[in-house]
Order: sequence, then C-alpha cells, then structure tokens
Amino acid sequence: MAKRIDISGLTAYYGDFKAIEDISMAVEPRSVTAFIGPSGCGKSTFLRTINRMHEVIPGARVEGKVMLDDENLYGTGVDPVSVRRVVGMVFQRPNPFPTMSVYENVAAGLKLNGRYKKSELDDVVEKSLRGANLWNEVKDRLNRPGSGLSGGQQQRLCIARAIAVEPQVLLMDEPCSALDPISTLAIEDLIGDLKTRFTIVIVTHNMQQAARVSDRTAFFNLSAVGEPGRLIELDDTDKIFSNPSVQATEDYVSGRFG
Amino acid sequence: MTAPPTDKETPAPPPSQVLLSDAKGSTRRGDKIFSGLSKGSGITLLLIMAAIAAFLAYRASIALADNEGNFLTTFEWDANSIPPKFGIAVLAFGTVVSSVVAMVIAVPIAVGIALFITHYAPRRLAAPIAYVIDLLAAVPSIVYGLWGALFLVPHLVGTYEWLDRYLGWTVVLSFDGTAPRSLMTAGILLAVMILPIITNVSREVFAQTPRLQEEAALALGATRWEVIRMTVLPFGRSGVISASMLGLGRALGETMAVATVLSPSALLSAEILQAGGGTFAQNIAASFGESGQFGRDALIASGLVLFVITLVVNGAARLIIARRKEYSGANA
Repeated sequence: MAKRIDISGLTAYYGDFKAIEDISMAVEPRSVTAFIGPSGCGKSTFLRTINRMHEVIPGARVEGKVMLDDENLYGTGVDPVSVRRVVGMVFQRPNPFPTMSVYENVAAGLKLNGRYKKSELDDVVEKSLRGANLWNEVKDRLNRPGSGLSGGQQQRLCIARAIAVEPQVLLMDEPCSALDPISTLAIEDLIGDLKTRFTIVIVTHNMQQAARVSDRTAFFNLSAVGEPGRLIELDDTDKIFSNPSVQATEDYVSGRFG
Repeated sequence: MTAPPTDKETPAPPPSQVLLSDAKGSTRRGDKIFSGLSKGSGITLLLIMAAIAAFLAYRASIALADNEGNFLTTFEWDANSIPPKFGIAVLAFGTVVSSVVAMVIAVPIAVGIALFITHYAPRRLAAPIAYVIDLLAAVPSIVYGLWGALFLVPHLVGTYEWLDRYLGWTVVLSFDGTAPRSLMTAGILLAVMILPIITNVSREVFAQTPRLQEEAALALGATRWEVIRMTVLPFGRSGVISASMLGLGRALGETMAVATVLSPSALLSAEILQAGGGTFAQNIAASFGESGQFGRDALIASGLVLFVITLVVNGAARLIIARRKEYSGANA
C-alpha cells in the first residue's frame, strides 16, 4: 500500500511571495526521507504541498506535479479531500481532538470515510494504537479525553489517528519538536516500525534525528531572506552526513552555519 | 532553530538594599487602597441586590396575601378589581412559548450565519455581513414592535393559513384567518431581535477554534463541513449555549415589542397562531399605568416569577456546560 512519490517542478506561493521554487525529487516507497535545512527554507511548506494542505491558507497556491505512483495529485478533477485521505499527516504539536475520547480520536478518520460496524472499529482502533506503541498505556482509558494524555502519548495518539485510515504516505512535520527526549525516542522507534508499511517523509530541525531515522535526507536552503527556498541536495542519509557533494550541505550538517 | 545567543548579556542590576528595606509585603498603601476599593465594590453590589430582592419580596407578599385566586393557576389578571383575583398561568405559558419559538427560530439561523461569516464567506463579504448584524442589535425594541405590528402581523396571515392547511390538525398550528397578534408572531419578532447577540457571540467563539485542530481534521481528509462538525462546533458548543442564554434572557424579558404586537387575553390556549395570550413583561407594561398601589404590588409578584424563571434557565445552561468540561477545548 505504500506508494512512490515523484515530484517535479514544484513551486509554491503565499499570495505573491514565492516560498519554494522548482523542486523535483523522488521518494521511494517504504523508506524514510528526512527534510533538513535552516528555518524559513520552505521544508514545511514543501511537505504540505504533498497532501495539498498548503492551499488551505488563503492566497496560497502551487505549481508543478506531485505523482503518487501514476496519479498526479494536482491533476484536474482531483479532490484535495481525497488526496488527504491517502496522504496522512502528523503535526508539529500534538493535536488530538479535545472534545473526543482516545477511542473517538483514532476512529475519527474512519468515520469520515463511511460506516463501520462497532466490532470493525474496535479492531482498527486497537490495531492502530498498537501500531503507534500506545495500546498498553491507554487500553484501560479508551473513553477518557485524548487531551488528558501526556504530550508524547498525545503525539503517538495523533500517529495512531493518521495510520488508522491506512494511508499510502505519512507526512510528519517536526513531530518531536514539542516533546522531551524520552518521548522523542519513542516516536523515533515508532518511525522505524512504521516504515515497513508506509512511505514516510519527516521534517526535522534535529540533524541527529534525521541521521537516526531516515534512509534518505534532503537538504533545503535559501539564498537570502525573502528569496524562495530550494532543494540543494538529496542523497542517502549516510552520504549527506559524511560526504555530501555540495559545499552548503557540508557547512550545514557540520554546524558551520544555520 | 534555537534562539541566537545574544551578543552581550546585560548584567542583572544588583539587588537594591534601599528597595528591600522599604518593602512591607502586602501592607503597601497602594495595595491597601485598591483591595479596600474592590472589596467595597463587591459588598456594595451584594447589598444593592439584597435590598432590591427584599423590597420586591416584601411588596409581592402584600399583594399575594390578599389574592382571591390561586397565584399559580388562575388565568385572569384582575388585580385592581375587588376582591383582587390574579394568577400567572397565562403569563408564564405565554412567556415560555414565545421565548421557545424565538429560540427555535433564532439559534439555528444565528449559528448558520456565524459559521458562514467565519468559515464560508469570502473575507470582503464577511465584514459587511457582520456589520449589518451588529446594526440589527442597535435598533430600539419599540421600532421592532412597530415593524411587527404594522408589517409582520398582516404579512404572516398567508404563512399561517398555509400552516393551518397542512398542520392545522395538530391544534397547535390551527388558524382561523383573523389578525395574528399571537404568541407565534411575538416569538418570530423576538427571534429577529435576539438574532444579532447570538450570532455575534457564536461568531467570536467559532473564530477562536484552534487552527491546529482544524488542520488535524483537514489532514484526515475531512470536507469543510466535516471540519466544522469535528472541531468548530464542539469547540464552540459552550459558547453557543452562553450566547443562546443571553438571547433567551432578552426574549424572556422583552417588553415593548411584545406589548406592541400581542393582543392580550386571559385565555390559555394551545393554538399559538391565534391572537391572545400574554407574557410577564408585556403584562407589566400594559397594566402598570392604570394600576393602583395594590395592582402594582401584584405586578411586582409576577416580575419576581420571571426573575426566578431566568435564574433557573441560566442555572440549567451552566449545568450543561459544566457536564462536559473536561472535553472542552479549554485544555487543548
């Protein structure tokens, strides 16, 4: 069910401001690709173009192609709502629905997609929570509010919610930036498990994290403030961190700027 | 990234010995004056409330002692006849019915307008709509009353006849074609009057839905309506209830507009399209001028009942809000 992503000539705007320019890359199925780069280089913007979340901001628009196997997500007649049902997303800060219980949070995406029997829902909720390494911690309080969990648990709840609908791709926008080191480790372990089933793209500010979890790493940069961000280099993670082919990448990963 | 290190750290000013020795904790003069003032205001408010309540209760008790009828079940309001005979049955019924009609009409429309302004309308359309709604709130109630009596009453005849044709068998919605200066008409008028306040408060609450919540729903593949159902409405729920209570408070107590459209009668009738009935506030406005001392005391007694109804309604609303507090957006 994991699919290959093929992006070509992608440019994204906020109103008149060009945030990212002419980005092309391919992401292999069942792999983890990390996006790194200084703040404001457009890596989150780029991530949000992959599930068409960029355009929900008033005035924002996208040019270019995002192919999911053979289908262009920006093709005419493609409904962004159905795109988001196959490309799941986890956000920077945990955002479980505060008015829903743990159970309802995980089942929320399924309920959007149609009617399920209670027993089917039960199965999917348990499977997703197990998949997010959260089942043992919450199985006795499935009917308690999701917002009552700790930050790390909430983020894993959000991951469970995203994988419950069996997406093709899982996008993660700095999923650990609001978490403590132990919760971060739990999420990183989880990413390692999830990549056997999903194509994962993760934005991170933490280069050690990128080195730990990803197979491939993309480095983004911008030439100056106000200029659009660009993809500088995409390669195997080992190569990016040991022997990158572009000088700017080496400067960044070795901490010489940014 | 992490915050850039500041070039030079400003050294903290050395602790001032003078300041420390001058400090007297909570006994500083400014603190004392302010705490005295705020305490005084609080106590004054309570005293005024208590004085009003005691005055009303005392006057009401005078009237109630000489009432020949049963205050709760008597239909007529003949407080100035001898012996006086008055009861609130018709007034309580009319007040509740007209307010319920107003709420049933106004709340869904207000929530709809608020959602339209916050989530559907293009920005340059949203602001003018919000402004017009605000204007509606500024119209004096007597103007609404005149509009109700001169426009609404004659123009509702057709609608009521239509209702009677299809739903007349329910008795509640039967209608004989005479001028509908009725509880239903009063309720419709009240709905227009309470629409702005409910819309405005709901709009404020909906606009505060955390962006992160809405994006969570969007990222799951929710349509715009599903986003509203999953995040905006649950988040705004208690706010909409509070807004409705504000509106209900106005509907229950509205005087001039109702007095202008209603033709009062001492009949308690389930046919709410038909002229007749009365409300507490309308009855006070209509009877106060021609009442003697005793009649006024009787009206005060009816006002106290309205006060109690309002309290009960507010209490119920608070209970509803408190019941699901831990699920509210507040701890998001």
